[in-house]
Amino acid sequence: MTQIAVIDYGMGNLHSVSKALEAVSQKENIVITSDQEVIKTSDKLVFPGVGAIKDCMEAFSNDLKETVLEEVKKKPTLAICVGMQMLLESSEENGGVEGLGLLNGKVCKIQSNQDIKVPHMGWNQVNYLKEHFLLKDIIDSSYFYFVHSYCCPSSKDALTETIHGEKFVSSFAKDNIFAVQFHPEKSQSAGLQLYKNFLNWSI
Amino acid sequence: MSVAKRIIPCLDVDKGRVVKGVNFLNIRDAGDPVEIAKRYDTEGADEITMLDITASHETRDTTYKTVESIASQVFIPLTVGGGVRKIEDIKKLLRSGADKVSINTSAVENPSFVKEAADKFGSQCIVVAVDAKAKTDKENSWEVVTYGGRNRTGIDVLEWTEKVVQYGAGEILLTSMDRDGTKEGFDNNLVSKVSSGISIPVIASGGVGNLDHLIDGVKIGGAEAVLAASIFHFSEFSIKEAKEAMKASGITVRF
Repeated sequence: MTQIAVIDYGMGNLHSVSKALEAVSQKENIVITSDQEVIKTSDKLVFPGVGAIKDCMEAFSNDLKETVLEEVKKKPTLAICVGMQMLLESSEENGGVEGLGLLNGKVCKIQSNQDIKVPHMGWNQVNYLKEHFLLKDIIDSSYFYFVHSYCCPSSKDALTETIHGEKFVSSFAKDNIFAVQFHPEKSQSAGLQLYKNFLNWSI
Repeated sequence: MSVAKRIIPCLDVDKGRVVKGVNFLNIRDAGDPVEIAKRYDTEGADEITMLDITASHETRDTTYKTVESIASQVFIPLTVGGGVRKIEDIKKLLRSGADKVSINTSAVENPSFVKEAADKFGSQCIVVAVDAKAKTDKENSWEVVTYGGRNRTGIDVLEWTEKVVQYGAGEILLTSMDRDGTKEGFDNNLVSKVSSGISIPVIASGGVGNLDHLIDGVKIGGAEAVLAASIFHFSEFSIKEAKEAMKASGITVRF
């Protein structure tokens, strides 16, 4: 049986992610885990993250970080929100934090004004730059749910973009890594379809 | 395009049942929260807010169970409020599956609680609920009320909302207690004064009686989201009808 590990490093909306995966799974076993052995024996990884990036990075212990970095390089991986931001090169949040550098791009503060509210909170359109298996059966420019105050303005690994004042990268794809700024687990049918695609994704 | 304006149906829950009263009185039963939440999700609600209006110690476990069962069946954001007083309360609600928690009276009594909560869990999940009542001695001026409207605090609403933004609130749920349950529409004067003064989203609440009221909350009040309860509970209007009306008036909504 295919096993999906939702990585638990103490930060993140683990339960909503795993509930959404369970809602679309046919035969897969979804586990929330911080156990390195379980992560090593799982077939796919989900890397969530919520809150401040510095807390997320610090919550991620050295041992666990090493294992995850090793496994992320070879298994289909879905990173969500701050989990996605952690895979980039760096973030200017919390006075500057170094990222894991698996994806190209840097994270900056979203600029607010009277019309552009920050956090960027709510449903916004995800516009395709390229095709990808994880976007299968989801119409271009569908709405997904976002909650964030920092974003990545541009990346060589950009797959989709979204506009909130300025354009930013709303999802990334590189080899076996798929990473999203939005929350598929809160994005109703479009989000559930994305999770279904992730479960069906083989590389 | 930009971020869509949100329609948020609100479930006022008392001992595990959805209820709705006029000016917080005359409570009538509107059904099972999980079933109602599922219906709203199917109809296209952008988010669901659930307020535990009893919020007593004895019924707290029922609340966590309700949150858990809504969150495992409904895949849109869920905000839960009512009786959130301690960091531990927030932790338990988030663990039960809430995406955001709404803090009301305890924020007024202890503003540093907002800061502590935002530092610990992130601004994105901290909603400060502000219940406002027009001042009797001054026009275009509102004061914060607590304990479901029973207690006037004398705190100016505009000063208060600016302050909670600095403390790290991610969103303001702004209820006009003068309008709540009246079906006369939002107090858009209040909504527009608050939303133009701060950089975070404002959810307008209190007084919706028809679909034009929702449109006015966005167009006149400048709200990012509109919240309503009774017009949806008793099936006067569906969420879909509300969205179609908003779209027809030129507002960006999600379909």
